[in-house]
Amino acid sequence: MELHDVWFVLIAVLWTGYFFLEGFDFGVGILTKLLARDRTERRVLINTIGPVWDGNEVWLLTAGGATFAAFPEWYATLFSGFYLPLLFILICLIIRGVAFEYRHKRPEDKWQSNWEHAIFWTSLIPALLWGVAFANIVRGVKIDKDMEYVGNFWDLLNPYAILGGLVTLTLFTFHGAVFTALKTVGDIRERARKLALTLGLVTAVLALAFLIWTQASHGDGKSLVAMIVAVLALVGALAAIKVGREGWSFALSGVTIAAAVAMLFLTLFPNVMPSSLNEEWNLTVTNASSSPYTLKIMTWCAAVATPIVLLYQSWTYWVFRKRIGTQHIAADSH
Amino acid sequence: MDLALAPETLARWQFGITTVYHFLFVPITISLAALVAGLQTAWVRTEKEKYLRATKFWGKLFLINIAMGVVTGILQEFQFGMNWSDYSRFVGDIFGAPLAFEALIAFFFESTFIGLWIFGWDKLPKKIHLACMWMVSIGTILSAYFILAANSWMQHPVGYKINEEKGRAELTDFWHVLTQNTAIAQMFHTMTGAFMVGGAFMAGIAAYHLMRKKHIETMKTSLRLGLVTLAISGVLSAVSGDHLGKIMFEQQPMKMAAAEALWDGQTEAPFSVFAYGDVDEGHNKVAIEIPGLLSFLAHNNFNDFVPGINDLQKEMQEKYGPGDYRPNIPVAYWGFRWMIGFGMASLGIGLLGLWLTRKKFLLPQHLRVGEDEVPNLVLFRNKPLSAKWGKWYWLLLLWTMLFPLIANSWGWIFTEMGRQPWVVFGVMKTAAAVSPNVSQGEVITSMTIYTLLYAALAVIEVKLLMKYAKAGPPELTEDDLNPPTKIGGDSKDGSDRPMAFSY
Repeated sequence: MELHDVWFVLIAVLWTGYFFLEGFDFGVGILTKLLARDRTERRVLINTIGPVWDGNEVWLLTAGGATFAAFPEWYATLFSGFYLPLLFILICLIIRGVAFEYRHKRPEDKWQSNWEHAIFWTSLIPALLWGVAFANIVRGVKIDKDMEYVGNFWDLLNPYAILGGLVTLTLFTFHGAVFTALKTVGDIRERARKLALTLGLVTAVLALAFLIWTQASHGDGKSLVAMIVAVLALVGALAAIKVGREGWSFALSGVTIAAAVAMLFLTLFPNVMPSSLNEEWNLTVTNASSSPYTLKIMTWCAAVATPIVLLYQSWTYWVFRKRIGTQHIAADSH
Repeated sequence: MDLALAPETLARWQFGITTVYHFLFVPITISLAALVAGLQTAWVRTEKEKYLRATKFWGKLFLINIAMGVVTGILQEFQFGMNWSDYSRFVGDIFGAPLAFEALIAFFFESTFIGLWIFGWDKLPKKIHLACMWMVSIGTILSAYFILAANSWMQHPVGYKINEEKGRAELTDFWHVLTQNTAIAQMFHTMTGAFMVGGAFMAGIAAYHLMRKKHIETMKTSLRLGLVTLAISGVLSAVSGDHLGKIMFEQQPMKMAAAEALWDGQTEAPFSVFAYGDVDEGHNKVAIEIPGLLSFLAHNNFNDFVPGINDLQKEMQEKYGPGDYRPNIPVAYWGFRWMIGFGMASLGIGLLGLWLTRKKFLLPQHLRVGEDEVPNLVLFRNKPLSAKWGKWYWLLLLWTMLFPLIANSWGWIFTEMGRQPWVVFGVMKTAAAVSPNVSQGEVITSMTIYTLLYAALAVIEVKLLMKYAKAGPPELTEDDLNPPTKIGGDSKDGSDRPMAFSY
């Protein structure tokens, strides 16, 4: 295994980390309208991710930075090619971060409800668009011989990509509902469990369609294994939430996300961004990667830093391990 | 193509707008993180309530700021690929590494520990809670270091070779990139500049409250800390600026000649105080100068030769082929002056403040005040300033909050625009760096959205800052004074107590 292969795997790992973590906090953001009945309940939801959402988002920044460093051509083609979808995602992430921090800073009802609308939409739109983006990467887009994306915005909105977007949207919402059931107490927990079941069934239908489509048009033996793992994990997550095993369900919805990301990356390899115009113009782990020297330095950095990051991020989850409910939201704070 | 709508121009405007905006929050964040950590350390060590009140007060303002710093920073990392894809392809092998390091080492630090700090008041023993704030501070400083190393490489590329076959620059010595003198000098200068911002911010808001005789005890401590920070970092900023300037005279003489509007090289080169000139003809019409000072700034010697814009233009044409190698001279010239002017003005006002509010043995007995009284502002030996002059000084200090921030912005505008037409000095021109496949319409769309969104957020942010700055430090509760002893929080009276902090 050469270093650029290692980095292909590491970037898959970073995206998996991002979708696993920010996946549930996008889901929780969406549930503020689907599940919460009043402001206090919305605040319970927001506070389940309060201490951690910012750290979760860094997985995206690291995936971006690592792609820049390890596969500059991939970074350049992807980010300039998907200009408008990324613009929308960025705008959402900007507003979303501010919304969490500023919502409670003023008592006026209008102020708070505006930020609450913002939290919902800025969670929903990226959850959808990430799926659209990744489905397009797998499907292949119009890349010319200079590695430039030459399609337009509408080319990205094909049926396969839209289905991919719906899958991430529903999967993250399901993942968020399971997370909510795991992190809350009282009435909201019961309702989160019920909603998770419904969401899980919708997710299962969409995900199955998308994964089979992916397997049929791009898959091989390895991706088939990943697909089976993803499907079994999703069924397991549903069964676990049905019998009230929230921890298991959350772990399994996480495995679903990880296996689905793994499947997408397996269908890609050794390409990183295939061209739909000519196979010779594909961006691959070899023609898109950095020099061996840069990859070596990056590997050392990742080998040392990643375990430490995992350690202190896990510690954060342990510190805030207690379930919260409406009784934990101080009435006099906003 | 019309130059005003050329892809390069549009992409540069967008980068300029979003970066200058981002860097309004960066220096406040870097300095306040450390200052808040310092105040919290004082609370943990002395258990004096004023320190805890100060920690909570400045911590809140810090959080309002860092939120903006974080979200505007995400865009920065994406922008290289979105708008500067040819740049990313050409230098990604080198430039990407510090960015990845920044994310992996610094961003995770900041973002994870800030969550622990915000929500940790009733979940962490106080020493661990304090350690979290220090982690945030270290994260902000590391982050600055990596991004400055990357920027320094654009100013002065080292540790690389050009791979002709792949058509790109490749890293050969990462250690050199991280430790070259440009990076160290930029780091030193940026950090001192950042702490000037935080010092002035603290002193200014403290002045506001002291002028009204409110929250005196906490605000006196804050005033002192702010003024001392401003003064020390101000002096160090001048020292580091001089050092960085000397490096730039060597590495980018054109930038420094432009900063001085020195058209033709000369010995005993003068420092320009004011100049008005004609860029096309290449000379100044009006010039007020201090003889010899520029030679001294460049080489520590009043007589040495300093090359001018016209000489350097000729020299660079010989080296790099035909073309205009002059940056925008008025912007470089005035940017350099606004940077120094606002920076040094804030230092002067800070030093004056330290003198006016001096205490104990430097003051006669009758002018000394107790812990809970507003300090007398004493200019000369035996007499405090009149009420009117005293008020003027407090107001001046309040407005000084903005000065280092303006200096920081102009410093960046100067250093980045002074490097033009290069994006990587001597290696790649800015015009060659833009994304060829991103249309004018797309850039105009994104630039318009960013500008409107940023303007709206600026209004919201400043209003919030003012609201919380005016409100002053909070009253402390029993829980504040008795932090938990166990990680995860003590289960004092059942598990149904509201959280100390919630969104």
